[in-house]
This record gives sequence, C-alpha cells and structure tokens, in this order.
Amino acid sequence: MGLVMPDFGLFFWMLVSFSLLLFVLKRFAWSPILKALSDRENSIEDALKSAETAKLEMLTLQAGNEKILKEAILEREKIVKEARELKESIIHDAKLEATIEATKVMESAKSAIERERAAAVNEIKNLIANFSVEIAETILKEKLAEDNRQKELIQNYIDQINLN
Amino acid sequence: MPQINAMIRVLTSLVLVLFISTATTNHLIANEEHAAIDTVSHKKFNTGDLIFNHIKDSYEWHIATIGHTHISIPLPVMVYSQVSGFHFFMSGKLHHGTESYEGFKVASEGKYQRKLVEIMADGSELRPWDFSITKNVTSLFVSIALILFIFLSVAKRYRQNFARAPKGIQSWIEPIVIFICDDIAKPSIGKEKYERYLPFLLTIFFFIFINNLMGLVPIFPGGANLTGDISVTLVLALFTFVITSLSGSRDYWVHLVNAPGIPLWLKLPLPLMPIVEIMGVFIKPFVLTIRLFANITAGHIVALGFYSLIFIFAEKSIIAGYGISVLSIAFTVFMGILELLVAFIQAYVFTLLSALYIGLALERHSHPAHA
Repeated sequence: MGLVMPDFGLFFWMLVSFSLLLFVLKRFAWSPILKALSDRENSIEDALKSAETAKLEMLTLQAGNEKILKEAILEREKIVKEARELKESIIHDAKLEATIEATKVMESAKSAIERERAAAVNEIKNLIANFSVEIAETILKEKLAEDNRQKELIQNYIDQINLN
Repeated sequence: MPQINAMIRVLTSLVLVLFISTATTNHLIANEEHAAIDTVSHKKFNTGDLIFNHIKDSYEWHIATIGHTHISIPLPVMVYSQVSGFHFFMSGKLHHGTESYEGFKVASEGKYQRKLVEIMADGSELRPWDFSITKNVTSLFVSIALILFIFLSVAKRYRQNFARAPKGIQSWIEPIVIFICDDIAKPSIGKEKYERYLPFLLTIFFFIFINNLMGLVPIFPGGANLTGDISVTLVLALFTFVITSLSGSRDYWVHLVNAPGIPLWLKLPLPLMPIVEIMGVFIKPFVLTIRLFANITAGHIVALGFYSLIFIFAEKSIIAGYGISVLSIAFTVFMGILELLVAFIQAYVFTLLSALYIGLALERHSHPAHA
C-alpha cells in the first residue's frame, strides 16, 4: 500500500519545483526556441516561395525574349521585302523615265531632221530655180539674137496683155 | 557454509558497485574477511526488500553496501512535528535508519515503513509534516538543473541566430520539439489554440523523458525511481487536470451534465450518464498518474528481479549463481534496452493524452445532435 500512497514531502517539492521549471522554461527556453523554429520555418517558406516566383519570372522573361526574337525576325523580313519592292519600283520607274526620255529625244531628233530636210529641199529648190533662170537666160540670149524673133515675142506678149 | 555466504555478500556488492572505480577494491577484500567472521548475524537474501528499498524513496542516497559498510550520501531531513516543532538535520545522524535522532526514526515496519516517524513517549509513532530532501527530491532537483542547463543553453543558441543549422544537443532536441509540435499538439488540440499549450506539453515531455532516462542510469545522480513515484506522477497529472479544467469550453461543461445524443432514460430520473461523465473527468488524471508510475516502477522491479535471481540461485549453489548470472545480465541488458524505449513511449503517451484531454475540453460542437 505504501507504494501507491503519494508522499506529502515529495508531492510538495514536486509541485513547487515543477511549477518553477514550467515557468522558467516557458519564459526563457520555449518562447525563444519556438519563435526561432517558426521564424526559420517562415524564412524557408519565404525562400521557397521567392524561388518559385523567380522561376516563373524567368519563364515569362524567356517567353518575352522569344517573342521579341520572333518579332525581330518578322521585322527583318518585312524590311528586306520592302527594300526589294522599293528596288524593283525604282528600277521600273527609271526604265519608264528612260523610255520616255528616249522617245522625247527621238522625236526632237526626228523633227530636227525633218526641219533640216525641208530646209535642204528649199535650198535645193532655190538652187534649181536659180540654175533654171540662168539656163533660160542663156537660152534666151542666144534665141533673141535675131530681130524678127524679138518682134514676134514682143507681139506675143502684147497679145496676151490685150486678152487680159 | 560460511565461505559461500561470504561469497554471496561479495557478489551482491560486486553487482551493486559495478560502476564504482577500482579504488574500492582493496576495501572490498578487507570486508570479505570481516563478513566471513560475521556470518551468524547474516540474514537471508530478501528480494522484496532489495527491490522495495530501491524503488521507494529514502532519506539517504544509498550507493553501495560493501560488507557491513554502507556507502551513501546523507541528505537533509526537514520535518515539522505537531509536537516538537521544526527539526533540521542530515540523514547521516540516523545511521542508515538504525538509530533515532531528536526523537525521530525511520520506521522499519508498519504503516509508515521506510518513513520518518517521531517516537512518542508512549512508544507510538507519529508521522510529522515531512519536507525532507529525500533521494527522490534530490533526483528531482538534479534533473531540473540538468533540464534547465540543456534547454537554456539550447535557447541561447536559437536566440543568437535562428537560421543556423542545429548543432550538438540542439540537433537532438529540435526533432523532438518539432515532433511534439506537429504530431502531438497540432492534431490533438487544433491549429488555432495549440501554441498556448505547447510550453506545458514540451515541459512534461522532457521532464518525464529525462527523468525516465536518469532512472535507468544505475549510479548517482541517476538511479532514483522518480517518475516511478506516485507523488511525482500525481503532480504531473494534476497539472494536466487543472489546465484541462481551466481551458474547458462551455460545451465541455454542458456535455458533462447533459451529453447530447444519449437517450433520455440514461439521464433521468437516475443521472447515469452525467455520473459516468463526471467520473471520467477525474479518472483521466488518475489513469495518467497510474500509467506512468506503474510502467516505470515495473521496469525497475523487473530489472532488479533479474539481478536478484543471481543471489537467489547462489543461495542454493554458488555455481548456479554464477551460471544464472550470465542469463540475468543478458536479460537485464535486454530490459535496459526495452526500458529506453519505454522511457520514450511513456513520456510520449503522457504528453499525447494530456494534449488529447486539453483538445477535448477545448472542442466546440456546432451541431447539437452530436453522437
């Protein structure tokens, strides 16, 4: 029976010292230990979370980079295409202009040639007229050497005048 | 067979002083001769006495008996007698309970066996108010000093830098603290309120665990049967009881008197269920008290029982004593390992049940039709 009967002295000392132990440990051991543990847990959790967000950011950054690269390629192609088109249009325009210019030159040349030719024809005509007059003069001089012939001619002229 | 008896004595001593240094060897041999002469007064080996002397509290810290020389640490005796007032003296004055001092004596039998009593004029024994620093109280103080040393130094390290990886004793403490936090307190009490009760749960766990372990160390300052003393387990259970009762929600008290979902005839006219429920409130701490006390005491008794086998057999034949010693020591080593497990399990069970009782008291029932 003695074994299961609580002893007053030990009960008293246990009550006092366990209360003190509980108080001291709570104040000076458990609160800093538990605080440190929860702080550490939180800091680890935060670190994991920020690592996760960093990973996500990296992914979005990578996706952005790819997008920019794609756009740049498209832009380049566009520029090249435009340049090519520009080149072709320039060539085309130049050709057109050259043709027009050439036609113009040809036309002016043609008209100049025409003009020159007309002038030349005129000159030839004049020359031929002069030559004809000179030839006629010479012929007349020879024919009109006889008097009766002169008289005849004069008569002719007079006749003609009368008729008018 | 005086020589055999002498040998038994020496063997007893040998086992009990297993951990004492070789410095005492000379003394031992000197006492062997002394014991050989003194065989007439030699009593028979009493297993019950040996075991009870160990598991019960005492006024001195007995370390070994070599021959007729008791090696023990005297402890202060503090008593208040209703007749003669305060007394304070060292237990050495009692000469290992064989002599009386200032009218006080350790009762050798009867109601107050192994306890200090005042011998009255008519020869009757009166038990005074006994505040003596007994073996168990000393063990209590030593364990508290050890606990404070461990946890205050660990706390210091945490305070310096919480982010640092645990080191030394800290890495031994930390998993247990986290275990009590996450596997005992959180599921039993609930996530909202468990933090309030954590200091208590941690303190009882480590108090019980460290004292259980100290009880397994066979030499001073270990070896006291502190957590196997009902006064100690009673105080621990009372703490749980008081905390449970103080944190009891309205539902908890209402359910005690009027448990919902129970047929009315169990409540009226004879309040059967309320009686059972209210008994349960007191049975819970009672069971906590008994479980820890019985488990630890049983461990000590079994270990000592195996040792005693050696001397029981040796009383018949010295050869048998030696023979059985091999088996006994093997069994005791096995028991020691088992007790290491029990030391942890009992601390765990006590803490878990305390947490569960607190959790039950805190519980709120939103729906009245709760079975």
